Amino acid sequence: MANRNTKNQPSSRIVIVGELTIYTVLELKDNLLAGLSTNDELELDLSKVNEFDGAGLQLLVMIKKEAAMLGKVLSFTGHSPAVMELLDLSGLAGFFGDPLLIVRKPTQEGKSI
Amino acid sequence: MIPDEYLQTFVVECRELLEQMEEALLIVEQAAEDPEIINAIFRAAHTIKGSAGMFGIDAIVEFTHAAESVLDRVRSGDITMSSVLAALFIEVHDHLRELINHVAEGTQAGEETDHRGNNLIAQLEAHLGGTKEDRPGNPGEMPVVQEAKLEREQSGAVGTDHWHLSLRFGPEVFRNGMDPFSFVRCLCSLGSIVQLVTLIDAIPDAEHMDSETCYLGFEISFSSEADKLAIESIFNFVRSDCLIRILPPHSKASEYQRLIQALPEQEMRLGEILVKCGTLTPEELDSILRLQSEHGDDPQRPIGEVLVEQQMVSPPVVEAALEKQKQVKENKKNEANLIRVDAEKLDELINLVGELIIAGAGTNLIARRAGMADLMESTATLSRLVEEVRDSALALRMVQIGATFNRFQRVVRDVSKELGKDVDLVISGAETELDKTVVEKIGDPLTHLVRNSMDHGIEPAELRMVRGKPAKGTLMLNAYHDAGSIVIEVSDDGGGLNKEKILAKAIERGLVSEGAMLTDKEIYNLIFEAGFSTADAVSNLSGRGVGMDVVRRNIQALRGTVDLDSVEGQGSTVRIRLPLTLAIIDGFMVGVGNAAYVIPLDMVVECIELRAWAGDEGDGQYLNLRGEVLPYRRLRDHFDMQGEQVQRENVVVVGYGDHKAGLVVDKLMGEFQTVIKPLGKLFKGEKSIGGFTILGSGEVALIVDVPGLMGQIEHEREASEVALAAASK
Repeated sequence: MANRNTKNQPSSRIVIVGELTIYTVLELKDNLLAGLSTNDELELDLSKVNEFDGAGLQLLVMIKKEAAMLGKVLSFTGHSPAVMELLDLSGLAGFFGDPLLIVRKPTQEGKSI
Repeated sequence: MIPDEYLQTFVVECRELLEQMEEALLIVEQAAEDPEIINAIFRAAHTIKGSAGMFGIDAIVEFTHAAESVLDRVRSGDITMSSVLAALFIEVHDHLRELINHVAEGTQAGEETDHRGNNLIAQLEAHLGGTKEDRPGNPGEMPVVQEAKLEREQSGAVGTDHWHLSLRFGPEVFRNGMDPFSFVRCLCSLGSIVQLVTLIDAIPDAEHMDSETCYLGFEISFSSEADKLAIESIFNFVRSDCLIRILPPHSKASEYQRLIQALPEQEMRLGEILVKCGTLTPEELDSILRLQSEHGDDPQRPIGEVLVEQQMVSPPVVEAALEKQKQVKENKKNEANLIRVDAEKLDELINLVGELIIAGAGTNLIARRAGMADLMESTATLSRLVEEVRDSALALRMVQIGATFNRFQRVVRDVSKELGKDVDLVISGAETELDKTVVEKIGDPLTHLVRNSMDHGIEPAELRMVRGKPAKGTLMLNAYHDAGSIVIEVSDDGGGLNKEKILAKAIERGLVSEGAMLTDKEIYNLIFEAGFSTADAVSNLSGRGVGMDVVRRNIQALRGTVDLDSVEGQGSTVRIRLPLTLAIIDGFMVGVGNAAYVIPLDMVVECIELRAWAGDEGDGQYLNLRGEVLPYRRLRDHFDMQGEQVQRENVVVVGYGDHKAGLVVDKLMGEFQTVIKPLGKLFKGEKSIGGFTILGSGEVALIVDVPGLMGQIEHEREASEVALAAASK
């Protein structure tokens, strides 16, 4: 787990690397809230997230709501496959409203009894 | 391999479903689409898939799934059911039938079958492709709830036949090392998630949020064949601190009401989610909320109305869903009224009833001999009851011929494609009932007759036009009851039979001697002779006789007869006459000398005294019955009985089909319930006796086979006529 905060651009961007799970959310929460408080526009790069669970999802929901409340622009970019899968499952993609590249795994399609 | 009884039930059920499916497909192929029929097809496929899944027969599950997916799209209106698609589904049906047959026989499907299956799946998938759409996100707004579209899109089907799961995870779930989504994934192994709504309302703002506490909840509409226990067991680990509600498909409105009350979210909000999940229709939700407000204090605006107004759910969809639900429920009710009984048990019952009748007759006899009025009265009551028991026992075995007839829709369809002829099948008398054993055995001869009629009876379209007939040929299947027998007719409006050619053929084959005088009917019926079944018959009637002797033999084995009527240029009709039952009949007992004979009561027209009413015209062959010529025969002569002739002989007039004949007997002994026992092989050659029965006294009475006897009389008469004609020439 690591995250970097780069402030050399007009709109700042945070890259979340590794896990976005119950093991990292505590620390990430503070980081993200700090990032949000110092910038009007924040971009969260999720391309390096290799694990993503319900706790991570919850955190993203919270930060998104928080941004909306503060009137700031928060966007998620570069959704990694792990993120995509869970967003798809939860049906929350629309809530976040970020442009997504939809890739459907054919193997998962409609296997049911 | 002997399949266990469950598997057998599965096979039987699947075959029934396939039959329904075939019937529905044939209708769809012909006519415009009717949602109910498509639903029927879908239900059949769905049930087969479900049951096959229970037995772990993956080949069937996989195959049916492909079919079901397409059907589902048809049902939701994404794809139209064209005749091409219907034809494809008929192939699908055939393949399924074959797979089921393999299951029934415990064999493995061959490579060819697999190949065909894959081919069909590919074709089905071709119909699926291209129509899938993904919903783009809506970046401008911040909707609180988004629908998840998982697996197949179920847009049209308002999922009243889905499970509904409400899950609110406890705060400690994450800390206990579990992820709510892993349960969702687990669910996928039991079925398919139709709709999933993730509830994020409970997530507090940044300040109050503990990122390690779980705030998540789901409302899930879930399609699965699994039972409640299996679904519940998924949540075993989180049972204690989570709120889990599982409502099975078709739950009562009150249960949803309770669900809404039990969940922490607001009623309106929840209702909305339920509707989004497809679990409730707005109407249902409406009634639930109204029900609630009756108990509560503040009346609410029905949410359903709001939803429909906002066009979130279109009213027709809702109506269709409600309609569908109603029908499913009705079907369930009908099913509950039927019991599946082993045919062997029925046979046993009928056997016992047979024995009961014989025993009852014995008691009757003893009572009469003893002359006890009381006893006689009570045996009379007893025998009336036994008679009723007999009738209802026999009725159990009676099935309508409709199902057998309907199978021919398919035969006609296939054969007309094969031959390139356009033929309509018209069925009438489908509700005529007959014995199950007869129904089972009549299928093959009928198929033969139908194929024959289509192949050789109905002319090609061009020829029909020339003859001034509609281009489309008509084949009729008809059934009706007549004089204790059932008559099945196969008629066509084709070219009919060519008398001269048949006669020439018969003479060539040595079936008739040259110069024989035959009636039209006799000539037509020559095609049932064994010698006629040759592949190289004359062109115009080629094959007309092929296997017809087999047809006749099959029907005779059922104690039936078959004959043929034909009008050249207008068509022909094959008439099969079968006894209603094979086991017990109402008989009319007559005495000749010391012996008793039983004549089937249904065939008895009247009884008269020979000398008083009907005069022998002298030649010993015909009676004058009120001016009508009636061929007759003395049973005494026929069976070569010894003994003195009695003073007052009686004539029993019997009728069968168009024929009437008189049987002269010594004594009339009245009605008698007759349990037919078959005669041994030794008597096979004797046409005039159909079997025997045991009388109450323990004596044996022979049962007169009226059609056989009449055939014999007629045959002898013809023979003498021919001889006479030959002599006079």
